[in-house]
Order: sequence, then C-alpha cells, then structure tokens
Amino acid sequence: MQLQTKRLARLAVFTALAMILSWIESQLPNFFPYPGMKLGLTNLVVVFSLYGTGKSDAAFINLVRIFLSGILFGNPYSIAYSLAGGVLSFASMLAFRKTGLFSVYGVSMAGGIFHNVGQILVAVILIHNDKIFHYMPILIVTGCITGFFIGFLSDEVLRRIKFRG
Amino acid sequence: MKKADWLIPAAAVVTAAIWCALLIFKPASAATANAGDYGDKVVVTVSGKEYAVYSLDSETDVVIPGARGLNNHLVIHDGEANVVEADCPDKLCVHQKAISKDGDLIVCLPNEVVIEIVHGEEGDYDAVAN
Repeated sequence: MQLQTKRLARLAVFTALAMILSWIESQLPNFFPYPGMKLGLTNLVVVFSLYGTGKSDAAFINLVRIFLSGILFGNPYSIAYSLAGGVLSFASMLAFRKTGLFSVYGVSMAGGIFHNVGQILVAVILIHNDKIFHYMPILIVTGCITGFFIGFLSDEVLRRIKFRG
Repeated sequence: MKKADWLIPAAAVVTAAIWCALLIFKPASAATANAGDYGDKVVVTVSGKEYAVYSLDSETDVVIPGARGLNNHLVIHDGEANVVEADCPDKLCVHQKAISKDGDLIVCLPNEVVIEIVHGEEGDYDAVAN
C-alpha cells in the first residue's frame, strides 16, 4: 500500500514536471520553422523515468503528458502528431535499451530520431501528400542531435539522483 | 557514452545522406532539372489534391482555402513564393522562408496545404494536368 502511494506521488510529480517542460518548450521561438522540429525537452522526463523508475512509469508519464499538453498548449492535430511521435519514440527506446548495447545517450538519440519519423508518417497520412518525406533527412539529423542533448541531460541527472522503492 | 552509441548518429547521417541523394537525383524531373535549379511553377496542393498552379514569374496574391476552413495567404513576387499570413495555429508556414528553387516546399500541416516549386515542361505534374 505504501509503495502504491509512493508511486502515485512520483507519477504525479513527474507528469507535472513534463508539463512544465512542455510549457517552456511551447514558449520558445521556433528556431527551425519546419514541422516536427522540436527540442523535445519533455522527453527528458520520459528518458529519466525509463532509467530511474522503469518502463511502466515512463509509458504512463509519456501518454498522460501528450494528452494534457495537447489540450493545454496545442490542438487536436498536435495531439495526433505528438502521439505518433511519442509512441514510436518510446517503443524504439525500449527496443534499443533492451539490446543492452547502448547507454542512455544511444537510447535517447534513437528516441529523438524515431519521434520525428513518427511525426512525418502522420503528416504524410493526414495531408495525403508524400512530398513531406523531403523533410526526412533533416528531421533524422535534428532528432539525433536533440536526442543526444536529452541523453546528456538525463545522464547527468541520473548520476545525481538515486531512486528507492 | 558507450562505443555502440556512435552507431546511431553514424546510421542517422548515412540514412539522411542516402535520402538526400535519392531526392536530388530523383528521375521525375531529372530530364530538365536538378534540385537547386530555379523552378518556374508554383504548385499548390490542398489535402493531397492539386488546387492551383501559378507561374513563378507572375505577381500573384491569393488566399488559399485550406482544410477545415483555414486559409493561407500566398504571395508570389520577384520570382519567390511565400506564405505571408495564415489562420493555422502554429504559423510554421509563415515562418518558413520564401521558396524559389526546384523541389522547395512550404508546408502548412494544420491546413493540409503544400506549396511546391516545380520546374519545366516535363515535370510529372504536367503529365497529370494535361
């Protein structure tokens, strides 16, 4: 019972943190005005939680923050994009992590890349125009760079914070 | 970072490079042009259907009705096409630079509007239009 309460509190705090990062990101100017190019700050909470407290926590936080931030800072369409990006990114991070070959850097970079791949796929489906695939190379590279950055931050945080229970 | 981690950026760069190469040497308009050449037509697509074709040399100022009743204001001036105004929530299409080269795109995801520069007579769009 005590563990349940602890977990509930932890999920709430992490989700809140993800929402704050989402808000911060929504306030940043668009450095690259192309669809799908984002820093992915919220992924920091997801990666951190994946390593710190496990995949079910991370999956929960990921889904809840997509819907909440979509409702608060976005629109129904941005939820569709975030969901595709978020789910594909999370699945790829789980798969890359499971191989045991990669550190948090590699896992996070894979997450960043597949997040953007997911968004492009949704864009092509929603817009019915495969010209969008032109953006794939630049989005793969930027996804990798932002993934590296998030991996670095996660690594630093994970080294400093230890979880119990 | 582990050594294996470097495989991911390496794979990303290689994939992106191959993808770019395929786009640049795409056979579609290769007969007359390569990406990077100046195109001469502006093709506007809404929800996957061709909406209009304008000449890049024209002075055009139109409002394109996108999906869900939202509009994009397209201006073609001095051989460049640009979205100057839009009703979409994110305004990414307005922030994108004016386009003039073959294969350049301006995309407005919420409005499902794609504006593309196409070159020459032999482009595949002409085959469809004729």
